[in-house]
Amino acid sequence: MSLSPTDVERIAHLARLQLSEAELASYSVQLQAIVTFVDQLQAVDTAGIEPMVHAIELSNVLAADEVREGLSRDLALSNSPDHDDECFRVPAVLG
Amino acid sequence: MNAAPYTLVIGLEVHVQLKTKSKLFCRCSTEFGRPPNTQVCPVCLGLPGALPVLNRQAIDYAVRTGLALNSEIAKFTKWDRKNYFYPDLPKGYQTSQFDLPICSRGFLDISDSKGAFEPKRVRFIRAHLEEDAGKSMHDEVAGKADSRIDLNRAGTPLLEIVTEPDLRSPQEAKAFLTELRLLLLYLDVSDCNMQEGSLRCDANVNLHIPVDGKTVATPITEIKNLNSFRAVERALTYEASRQWDQWCNDHIAIGGRPKQTRGWDDVQGVTTLQREKEEASDYRYFPCPDLVPVTLTDADLGKARGELCELPAATRTRFVQQYELKEYDSDVIVSQGRELVEYFERAVVAGGPAKRVSSWIQQDILRLLNERQQSLTQLGFSAERLADLTKAIEAGAVDTSRGKEVFAKMLDDAALSVAAAIEALGIKAVDDSELMELCRQLLAENAKAVNEYRAGNAKALGALIGQAKKKNPNADPRKVQDLCKQLIDSGAV
Amino acid sequence: MEWQFASAAEISRQLCSKQVSATEIAKYFLSRISKHNQAFNIFVHVDEELVLKQAAEIDARRAGGDIELGALAGVPVAIKDLLCTTDMPTTCGSRFCEKYVSPYDGTVIAKMRAAGMPWMGKTNLDEFAMGGSTETSIFGAGRNPWDAQRTTGGSSGGSAACLAAGLAPLAIGTDTGGSIRQPAAFCGVSGFKPTYGRVSRYGVVAFASSLDQVGPMAHMVEDLALAMDVISGHDPLDSTSLPHEKPGYTASLSQAPQRFRVGVVREQIESDGLNAEVKQAILRTLDVLKECGADVREVSLPHSKYWVPAYYVIAPCEASSNLSRFDGAHFGFRAEPLEGKKSKSPLVEMYSRTRAQGFGAEVKRRIMLGTYALSSGYYDAYYLKALQVRRLIRQDFDRAFEDVDILVGPTTPNTAFKIGEKVDDPVQMYLEDLYTVGANLAGLPALSVPCGRSQVGLPIGVQFQGRPLDDALVLQIGHRYQQAIGWRPTPAPLS
Repeated sequence: MSLSPTDVERIAHLARLQLSEAELASYSVQLQAIVTFVDQLQAVDTAGIEPMVHAIELSNVLAADEVREGLSRDLALSNSPDHDDECFRVPAVLG
Repeated sequence: MNAAPYTLVIGLEVHVQLKTKSKLFCRCSTEFGRPPNTQVCPVCLGLPGALPVLNRQAIDYAVRTGLALNSEIAKFTKWDRKNYFYPDLPKGYQTSQFDLPICSRGFLDISDSKGAFEPKRVRFIRAHLEEDAGKSMHDEVAGKADSRIDLNRAGTPLLEIVTEPDLRSPQEAKAFLTELRLLLLYLDVSDCNMQEGSLRCDANVNLHIPVDGKTVATPITEIKNLNSFRAVERALTYEASRQWDQWCNDHIAIGGRPKQTRGWDDVQGVTTLQREKEEASDYRYFPCPDLVPVTLTDADLGKARGELCELPAATRTRFVQQYELKEYDSDVIVSQGRELVEYFERAVVAGGPAKRVSSWIQQDILRLLNERQQSLTQLGFSAERLADLTKAIEAGAVDTSRGKEVFAKMLDDAALSVAAAIEALGIKAVDDSELMELCRQLLAENAKAVNEYRAGNAKALGALIGQAKKKNPNADPRKVQDLCKQLIDSGAV
Repeated sequence: MEWQFASAAEISRQLCSKQVSATEIAKYFLSRISKHNQAFNIFVHVDEELVLKQAAEIDARRAGGDIELGALAGVPVAIKDLLCTTDMPTTCGSRFCEKYVSPYDGTVIAKMRAAGMPWMGKTNLDEFAMGGSTETSIFGAGRNPWDAQRTTGGSSGGSAACLAAGLAPLAIGTDTGGSIRQPAAFCGVSGFKPTYGRVSRYGVVAFASSLDQVGPMAHMVEDLALAMDVISGHDPLDSTSLPHEKPGYTASLSQAPQRFRVGVVREQIESDGLNAEVKQAILRTLDVLKECGADVREVSLPHSKYWVPAYYVIAPCEASSNLSRFDGAHFGFRAEPLEGKKSKSPLVEMYSRTRAQGFGAEVKRRIMLGTYALSSGYYDAYYLKALQVRRLIRQDFDRAFEDVDILVGPTTPNTAFKIGEKVDDPVQMYLEDLYTVGANLAGLPALSVPCGRSQVGLPIGVQFQGRPLDDALVLQIGHRYQQAIGWRPTPAPLS
């Protein structure tokens, strides 16, 4: 499948990656090469094959509903780039 | 039926916060109202390397709810990641269920005792489990706008219940939410408190308009920020007329404009545009590789079904059939919840006459609970004592009005039996001759009233009751009235 | 005593019999680190004070007669800087986490701490484990102790090089597509990727969740078994953790069956891309195995040519989601706001600039690839398709394992390549994973041990793969092989 610069721009926005014009161009080329490479998979007949999400297929891993102590607030905020000792702070969410 | 030139079509999306002690994928507490960021751990903070482990109780609550809503419970259910960026979503994705939700289909029947709408069956599309996001609070400091993020709520289990667009009026919507909430309280799966956010509702609304023999649908609006059932009703009423006005203006049908999201402003009483979903968000759903599927057997579901409590609809019907209560009375009791239902039944099983117990509950017990802002347990008037009291009244040992005095005395002293209270109040049965003597005295002292009665004023004798009570507090007002009438009518006086 | 030539097992024996103290061992390796680390860019973080404190604690306990001390108490371990530790930063080789100090220890870290293993330090890696050469780290490329102009392989390049340079007796790596085995092969050491779920992932910064595994690296298979005894086992904090009982890996190490069936994958041994010297080394290995009781035969894995494309859809898809938490909001790097310009959406700008600056090129490429493959309209053709091919790949292995017990083949198609040679050609780089990704896709245990050197003296690795949960058997065969060739810890000769 072929990747247009619009595609790459859309992908970059979905992934919240700000790219310069030059970067958009070079990533487009590289991504196209990779996509062409993985397009080989289209040749495989997978009719009726269940997708394999997990390497080892388990089920029903459940925990009892019991409260356990978590992190202190100080530790929870300790790696935050901006906080006010109570909350994390980020630029405003608008609209 | 409404004479409006359109049909209002409403679908509801209800988010129910399940009352598990710990979060859906970690063991942090779900307690409401704690200081910000004090109920967090690496998992719900989304720290690098942290991994989710599913809370068993959340599955149990979801299955219980699905069964009560007549849904199909999936024997194989799994977890999917819904990917988007938002500061109250620390992992950058929400763990939810996409294509194999735990519950599918189902229904809830609603009706209106006042006949505002015909009884109907509201169908569900699905119900699925997902983790809640944290809270984001806008903050302005020195002209700089920030958002403050509290992740206490992040990871709390939500059951998202989605209805088909089967509702046709704001009243139906309110009734549906009321019945759903009652059901969830019966099931004891949620606190269902809209003020605390444990029950949230969004509405999807549009109009179906007959045009030249065909039906045209207007574009759908999603309405958010509905913080009470009353708000839901008001918002839907407003939105219906707003969409009608808009249609009359632009005649744009569904598909001609993207789905809008509008927020309800309860103060102004209007919905306002929040964002136009120009590009529907691409959530890139895919199965979460950190979680494994849940499989349920027929035995699991059978057991869950067996443990299901009696649901409100069934109790309402049973009370009418079994205890011959009127539909209205049955509904009042059931609407109060399981605690009161069980209280009522215990009283009846202990011998209290069902109808009298029902009216005592409605008139006296509920009133007191409301005045005192107490729960039944806090009130401390056992069902057995209510049974004793109502039995005594039914048997004539005390009349209704003196019965209220007995009740008050019993309330004050938990050890006091009905008999002891009656005695303490000096209530004695008044025998027939005493009563006769009393009535003769009253009539003799109140010739004016007697003459008014003879003249046709049936209520003239009412004034005698107060006097009767003064002479003998134990005189049953009803018996006094009846006997006085008899005496006059028979010409004995 | 030159402890760089001792195995971890030997060091352990000497510690237990009090011939040497943990402090002396730690000092020995610290001294080597101070001499050689910089030249090869192996350790990202070394805390001398901490390791000596940890060693001293073990010495005190041993002196006090503490019988609870396990086999590896006092044996220092180098840790790939992708595992969360509370007492030193976890950088992931990325600007994003350059200053990140985890507020919690991962499970494997906690187990090793409880086992009394001092931390030699955190080792260099490809950024967020994405790469096969340890060239994408913000700390600069790791250099191969056998030839400083060549890469160590990756992404656990620092851990492999650490052993090859004799800077620690034991190391921990992670393996998502070959990231333990390939650098082990390039650096002439042994590395083991356990059955998926055998070792907990709690506390391991996630690259591709359904493929990642933590594993031990050392010179000798015996040491890998000792390490597996400590780090493996069910973890209630990891939903993908295997509930199955784990065997004693050390206890069963010498119990390789007298006869065992070895499969050689036709499509791989006959591939044009396989370097002739590497092929020769593998054939010699097969001869040795025959002497050890192996019955060698050819097997076919018909979908093996689809391993790499399937991997390079699934891994980036999972990674694109796993890395969304790196957004500058709650932890880690945040880009400085742009001066002056008023943005329409300051939040989106913060996200986009932070992630653009915080991640390197390879990581960004994989995020975009994964985002694309999961996006609306492409999901079925890419992600879903790759997962279906994954099942076919697993079925190939299941069928092969009906006829054989172990698969033996090259770990890599070539020996270590030069630094800078492949870093601008993603697809070429990806093809280095030709033989390793299969085990990740199918969840199999896989071991790489040294089996020879090229003409110019570069190490060559041989790979052993087993059925899921046959970890003990794979280690047994590897151990048998090392015994048969008289293998000893062989660090590179450094000036």
